[in-house]
Amino acid sequence: MSTRCHVATRKGLFTFERGPSGWSIARTNFLGDNCTLVMHDARNGALLAALNHGHFGVKMHRSRDGGTTWQEIAAPKYPEKPADYVAKKPPAAEGAPPRPPLDWSLKLVWAIAPGGADEPGVVWCGTLPGGLFRSEDGGDSWALNRPLWDDPLREYWVGGGAEQPGIHSICVDPRDSRHVTIGVSCGGVWLTRDGGRTWQIGGKGMRAEYMPPEMQFEPNAQDPHLVAQAPTNPDVLWVQHHNGIFRSTDAAGSWSEITGVHPSVFGFPVAVHPADPNTAWFVPATKDEKRFPVGGRVVVTRTRDGGQTFEMLTRGLPQEHAYDLVFRHALDVDESGTRLAFGSTTGSVWVSENAGDSWQVVSSHLPPVYAVRFEKTR
Amino acid sequence: MAIVRFTENIQRHVSCPTRQVPGATLREVMDRYFYENEQARGYVLDDQGCLREHMAVFIDGALVRGRRDLGDAVSADSVVDLIQALSGG
Repeated sequence: MSTRCHVATRKGLFTFERGPSGWSIARTNFLGDNCTLVMHDARNGALLAALNHGHFGVKMHRSRDGGTTWQEIAAPKYPEKPADYVAKKPPAAEGAPPRPPLDWSLKLVWAIAPGGADEPGVVWCGTLPGGLFRSEDGGDSWALNRPLWDDPLREYWVGGGAEQPGIHSICVDPRDSRHVTIGVSCGGVWLTRDGGRTWQIGGKGMRAEYMPPEMQFEPNAQDPHLVAQAPTNPDVLWVQHHNGIFRSTDAAGSWSEITGVHPSVFGFPVAVHPADPNTAWFVPATKDEKRFPVGGRVVVTRTRDGGQTFEMLTRGLPQEHAYDLVFRHALDVDESGTRLAFGSTTGSVWVSENAGDSWQVVSSHLPPVYAVRFEKTR
Repeated sequence: MAIVRFTENIQRHVSCPTRQVPGATLREVMDRYFYENEQARGYVLDDQGCLREHMAVFIDGALVRGRRDLGDAVSADSVVDLIQALSGG
């Protein structure tokens, strides 16, 4: 079981460790800086952290000694936008204000994922405003994936919770590193089976309630808040979507909507059991214009049968006047499937050591939490 | 040569000492400064070489206008100040 967990927050990176008396903060890094994401690379133990300085832009840092020391490394950089660049999408309708041109400049690192076990050094990075980057040297350099960036459908992506679209989920198939699935807000789920040389959008089944009726099932209009892949059956994908919970059992070829989940199907994160594709956890909230726990009660929902039924897990979680929202990267499950952790916008972090049956708060006073990641050995 | 000075706030991220730099425009001055200090470039300029949204640059006390082309004129005795804008928080 994992005994170390990294928590990225608005004011720095906090590392929790499990000691004989429980979980406590063992180390802080980047105090005062906006740490938006952290990744642990089980292949070599490296840590990558993304910082978003309000004035000075997005930066990446790497530690090769478990977080004791950090070095700034290259941040993904968009190529020069050609002066004569013309967007491939149709012009705005007559009378409609023209859309501002997309800025080809890094706004946010929204996903970092190691490549496969057979490609040491490869790291994928998803960003706002919609570029997917790949490094082959652990983050020392990055290259924009041009086939996806140049796909005409990419021009139709729009922002979800931000002015510009972004890639927040990257799932590398453990059976085949060339098979990579990504989630875009808002642009649906895309996949490549050749390491990024060609891309296709996932199939139908997701539903975008916020679109006109004729557009609601358009794959490129979907807002998957997070895509999670089942490690032992990578054809199974779970999605916490803006409109609910969706599941695919054919590697994004089609999607089924899961309804009737109490207290809500709205939320941001989803975590999948490392060995059981039918078990997944969610942290729901009041949809979508309010975004706090239903009734002020923090709960986790869990399915163990592929979404046919859900349990609402409350033991150890605040059940009155709690307004903790859990962002998409702020829930994680360790490699055993029994330890879980999540952190909230109000700076609380909870850990479960029994697959969610009960929870203990391990901190109540952190800055807003953006990401929670266990250190894993695979 | 123009004197180029950076806000103290940037120094904890990347060292940006005050230097004298030749150049007739802000672009020329910036390119010359960052040629010697490549890491600092991305702290001031975005991916397209424009001033970051929340950076303010003054030439002899006047806020620069050419935030995209960095075309404002710089004279041999100018002082260029690079400061974080309060719009960035």
